[in-house]
Amino acid sequence: MSITAIFINLFALVCFMYGVYRDREKAVESLKKAAFSFFKILPTVLIIIVIIGLMLGFVPPSEISRFVGEQSGIFGVLLVGVVGSILHIPALVSFPLAASILDSGATVTAVAAFITTLTMIGMVTLPLEIKKLGKKFALLRNGLSFVIAVIIALIMGVIL
Amino acid sequence: MKEEKKKEQKKKMLRDWLIFAGMVVVAAVLIYLYPSKQEPVISASFDYLSEMIFILPAVMVLMGLFSVYIPKDTVVKYFGKASGIKGFFLAILFGTLPTGPLYVAFPMASTMIKKGARISNIVMFLSAWACIKIPQEMVELQFLGPEFMLARLFLTIIFVGLMGLVIEWIIDKTGGEED
Repeated sequence: MSITAIFINLFALVCFMYGVYRDREKAVESLKKAAFSFFKILPTVLIIIVIIGLMLGFVPPSEISRFVGEQSGIFGVLLVGVVGSILHIPALVSFPLAASILDSGATVTAVAAFITTLTMIGMVTLPLEIKKLGKKFALLRNGLSFVIAVIIALIMGVIL
Repeated sequence: MKEEKKKEQKKKMLRDWLIFAGMVVVAAVLIYLYPSKQEPVISASFDYLSEMIFILPAVMVLMGLFSVYIPKDTVVKYFGKASGIKGFFLAILFGTLPTGPLYVAFPMASTMIKKGARISNIVMFLSAWACIKIPQEMVELQFLGPEFMLARLFLTIIFVGLMGLVIEWIIDKTGGEED
């Protein structure tokens, strides 16, 4: 287990202990919810794991970096941003996926653009957003989110 | 209605498991056709699986705690009153804590606007909900490391804050929502 994993588990444990101290019944209820969500997301996690395995085994890093590596330039970042905006997968499983393309030659910029657009922009949920918050708000938020996702990604590429 | 929702979730879970089974079959066929790839595919899958499995239960416990101790209506209730810089930080805080996908937050945001919350704070709230939730940050920390996670977190807060002001300015300038 890595130090990070230990830290995360300790953090969860401390939060849980505090929860028990505040209200024992609620703490039990949150554990039940946690178990339920765990089994709900498990198949999705396993699907992503198999995809990562196949991708790392079969797609040569040179191919991956051709699209999202150093030589792909701003075009690569925009491409990843568009993919991230369209894909509709839980954020939790997007991180291992992002880490795997980073391992096989993608730039920090591309990975940051992928995660930021994936979490902030939702083409699939856009109709619902328009219905609830209005066309102007929804289009502005999604459009500008794309712009700032690219800016954030470019800055990250420079500083990391 | 609750029954129906349960049924729906069961169906979705069954579908996910079927997709997983399909993926495993595809992987098995590919490995059978290209035996030399067996080792890299299996070791890569195993590496990522073990990284995930050590943190997933903890992340789920965090999400469970947040969803039970911080009910959604509490968030909406407190948010309506906040304003100024305090509203900005409350927006981040409230967006950070609850769990669930972004579309769960749209109806909440809609209620907040009706209660008079500022547009810029709504943008902050939605963005925080989307990408700076604590359990999510933990997974990012595990897979992409502390520098990546912290850099993205700070840049996101700065730029989303600016974006909120810009959207608010545009909407104020051009008149509010039509509906």
